[in-house]
Amino acid sequence: MTVPAIVRLQREPFDAAVEAKKLTAGRTDVGAVVTFTGICRGDEANEPIAALTLEHYPGMAEAEIERHVTEALARWPLQGVTVIHRYGRIQPGEDIVLVVTASSHRAAAFAAAEFLMDYLKTRAPFWKQVEKSGGKTWVDVKATDDAAAGRWSKSGR
Amino acid sequence: MKLRYFAWVRERVGKPEEDIEIPAGIATVGELMTWLASRGEEYAHAFENPKVIRAAIDRAHVKAQATILGAGEIAFFPPMTGG
Repeated sequence: MTVPAIVRLQREPFDAAVEAKKLTAGRTDVGAVVTFTGICRGDEANEPIAALTLEHYPGMAEAEIERHVTEALARWPLQGVTVIHRYGRIQPGEDIVLVVTASSHRAAAFAAAEFLMDYLKTRAPFWKQVEKSGGKTWVDVKATDDAAAGRWSKSGR
Repeated sequence: MKLRYFAWVRERVGKPEEDIEIPAGIATVGELMTWLASRGEEYAHAFENPKVIRAAIDRAHVKAQATILGAGEIAFFPPMTGG
């Protein structure tokens, strides 16, 4: 059976509960669903922000996420995956990214969701620009994000 | 060759994309960055620290040593900060 895998990039908000429900509707073999939502905070580097704007590389962003979804499906016994990433202007409190993983048991669902998020942060071509009182600045890469992605690599990158 | 720029690389170069005739003898992504940096002030600023700039050929990540032979579209951008 083919595992349902959905990858979507969109400007519009998403509904995490609706997306999670889609992975379990009409089936009884799913025992665990992990839903991760990344939300726009009201501060960046200890300064308040008005909003952030996400730029992406259309075509490559989808391809890169799909590649990692395929890898997650190969590494864990999953029964469904959904990844939605927004772009454009996003205000504090709004959702940015959604990862939903469904499996028979929780271990695979947790691990796959974390793997996908770690790779999204370091390999998917998105860039955040924040609006502060002093103007617009590009968000710097966090070393902790690289380290988080690195731990999934079997041979190092 | 089609070149595309994103985030602050795009801002510094001053355009999101362009079609460029690349001189013969430029074989790798790293060499292309060095050549681009010589094309004027904006490019020099964008590519002043090539080590931090990431590249993709035809929408797949590549390293600076990658050959540009046969590439349709090459993109340059800062480290990614999505998620």
